[in-house]
Amino acid sequence: MTQHVSPPRDGTDKTAPVSEPPAWRGVLARSDVRTLSLLGVLAALILIGGITKPDEFLDTRNLQLVLTQASVIGVVTVGMTFVITSGGIDLSVGAIVALASVWATTVATQEYGFAGILFTAVIVGVGCGLVNGLLIAYGGMVPFIATLAMLASARGLALQITDGNTQIVTVEGILDLGERDSYVLGVPPLVMVFAVVTIIGWLILNRTTFGRRTVAVGGNAEAARLAGIDVRRQRLYLYLLSGLCCGIAAFLLIILSGSGQNTNGNLYELDAIAAAIIGGTLLSGGRGTITGSVLGVLIFTTITNIFALNNLQSDVQQIAKGAIIVAAVLVQRRTASTT
Amino acid sequence: MAPEPPLLSMSGITKSFPGVRALDGVDLDVQAGEVHCLLGQNGAGKSTLIKVLAGAHQPDTGTIHWRGEPVTLRSPIAAMRLGIATIYQELDLVEHLSVAENVHLGHEPTAAGFVVRRRAARESTAALLRRLGHPEIDPGRLVGKLSAAQQQIVSMARALSHDVRLIVMDEPSAALDPDEVDNLFRIVGDLTSDEVAVVYISHRLEEIRRIGDRVTVLKDGRAVAGGLPAKTTPTREVVALMTGRNVEYAFPDRPSRDVSGNPLLEVRGLSREGEFEPLDLTVHPGEIVGLAGLVGSGRSEILETVYGARRPGSGQVRVDGRLLKPGSVRAAVRAGLGLAPEERKAQALLMLESVTRNVSVSSMSRFSRGGWMDRGAELTAARAATRELSLRPDNPSAPVRTLSGGNQQKAVLARWLLRGCRVLLLDEPTRGVDVGARAELYAVIRRLADEGLGVLLVSSEVPEVLGLADRVLVLREGRVVHEAPARELDEHRVLDLVMEGSPAS
Repeated sequence: MTQHVSPPRDGTDKTAPVSEPPAWRGVLARSDVRTLSLLGVLAALILIGGITKPDEFLDTRNLQLVLTQASVIGVVTVGMTFVITSGGIDLSVGAIVALASVWATTVATQEYGFAGILFTAVIVGVGCGLVNGLLIAYGGMVPFIATLAMLASARGLALQITDGNTQIVTVEGILDLGERDSYVLGVPPLVMVFAVVTIIGWLILNRTTFGRRTVAVGGNAEAARLAGIDVRRQRLYLYLLSGLCCGIAAFLLIILSGSGQNTNGNLYELDAIAAAIIGGTLLSGGRGTITGSVLGVLIFTTITNIFALNNLQSDVQQIAKGAIIVAAVLVQRRTASTT
Repeated sequence: MAPEPPLLSMSGITKSFPGVRALDGVDLDVQAGEVHCLLGQNGAGKSTLIKVLAGAHQPDTGTIHWRGEPVTLRSPIAAMRLGIATIYQELDLVEHLSVAENVHLGHEPTAAGFVVRRRAARESTAALLRRLGHPEIDPGRLVGKLSAAQQQIVSMARALSHDVRLIVMDEPSAALDPDEVDNLFRIVGDLTSDEVAVVYISHRLEEIRRIGDRVTVLKDGRAVAGGLPAKTTPTREVVALMTGRNVEYAFPDRPSRDVSGNPLLEVRGLSREGEFEPLDLTVHPGEIVGLAGLVGSGRSEILETVYGARRPGSGQVRVDGRLLKPGSVRAAVRAGLGLAPEERKAQALLMLESVTRNVSVSSMSRFSRGGWMDRGAELTAARAATRELSLRPDNPSAPVRTLSGGNQQKAVLARWLLRGCRVLLLDEPTRGVDVGARAELYAVIRRLADEGLGVLLVSSEVPEVLGLADRVLVLREGRVVHEAPARELDEHRVLDLVMEGSPAS
């Protein structure tokens, strides 16, 4: 057995030098790069549309149509962006839109006229959001599961209400909002609603304590809790917000289609999640961008429009969408690792 | 020197991680059939050394000889092939698989190359469990349903399912009852009589006396003593080796001040079952109270319970005489408590966010009207708080993840400074902070206390507690075993207390 006791060396170099934080480029700069690249993609799409179908694509009516179609899913995506930024997910948005649209167009509701329809759509949306929020925030359910359950039951309830029938809207004033006469300076009212929701969403996320708390909960829920933030209440509010957006979207859809159907909002959850992700919102939470989400929605809607104008079938559209999601995420990972 | 080469010989092993040199030229010789104990304080490099030995970390420099032949342990599999098995402190078992599946994970007995022979796996597992003295464990049972002690046996069975020549055990007794420890020691004895070597890591000196043959003491990434006789080296000498500093920390002067006034923080009978026993403590304005204890002594649990992040089983917490709602972080924060948690990145920081937002996160209502943030006021106040603590770089919009450990800790302190907190709860405030920045943090903490804050400090580094605190409570296994003014204690005494529960003579 050997035994040796070495005297402690006279070490001042126990710690390797910690490198200074690298010369730093702003968070703002990086998010600007992302926004610019999304704008670039959109510009390229418009170019493609303009080249392949110059007369039809750049026609004012077509552009109005694209924006109108973007409005419904766009409003849903704004709410979804908040939920994803907080580290959650809402799979029930499409089903909530369906339920709100059929509940707001039953014969009984239509008796209360325009206000009755609007009120019902919003209340149903918020109510579903409340259930999601309570289950997730206070019931301890995983958002994926809770909203999946809501997806199934809201769709089921929508089918029960309509019995599979299309509920035609007969209330005066509602349908007029979809007509060209109601456009202000060429902008359809639906698009104006979308714009207002976007601006309010941007302000809430970037300029209010609510937005800060959303980001903090998504970035590190434990740190947020230990910093004194009421994480559960925040989560509840976020699903309420998503439900509210679904209610508004349902109302827009009623205007657009003049009816309520239990098949409304089919796969909206996937479109909204995809738009938010390619826009730059982190699926793991902690970073969200309303601007990016809206650009994501516009990109998807424009692709759909170009494909339709060029008589390409929806199967090709789906494949292209999938490819774009993969490409966008790969590009983002690269830019994230180089900055 | 013995004529035949040692089973394992590691020499000059160094390993650096960003910002810290974890191992700095460590030598370790292990003979076949011996129990070789590794001793050292937290952060001395024990875990890193065994990970190198297990092939989980690659050393930067140094050589490893196995039975006299130079070897490279490129991966855990390479180490396993040589016959080196490691039983980690956090058991690496798959809870949803059965005992037999865990034991044979990665080397299942197969027929035709891919069909798992389940019966053969069960039978060999049952044989291993019998050998380990635990025939009652059913090989078909899910590992998640076993007790911690039983899981440890499974982990050991897995090690023995290979042709093992050396087993590393990282604090194997930490989760065991006394009679289970006896069984563990019997197994260790069986192994060594089969000429298997055991590298045994423990904080408990009495265990090392019972089963150890030789002791290597690590400190600050160096082996300060190799191959001491485990049974005869005096405790005092071992403790001196573990603590003998070669880095002098500069601690700020302790003002002599009367703290007989009303306590700022008053804890009465606070307890949590299985974590710590009923505890009383008070912190006065301007006072730093230290909790000294090893990992597992309940230090962090106490702080988090005081803070409301864990719901107490019993007891009360008062701030300035006012009773806090139990189990509510928000009530604690409102009353003026602030926690700088042990795991800074996981529990305190928003890593994607700027310094400003990390600092202002607990004071947002101060900078908002109707929910609307006044970003100008926020920036000004956050900058003032970070400047007061000399946080560098002096750039409030720098992402917090680009900061060094010490400056990240300052960002957490600035958060509570900005909030106007009255009592700071500091859990391992200098973990991951390099030596130069430590003195600065110590000065900051002392200055905050001088300005009238109360500080409750937890640290596993005894010199830190003794150098910084005014009064010290020594914890051992969830119980306060001693309380005294810091100037009446010294490091050896405290280490004796935390390791053996009573001062060694």
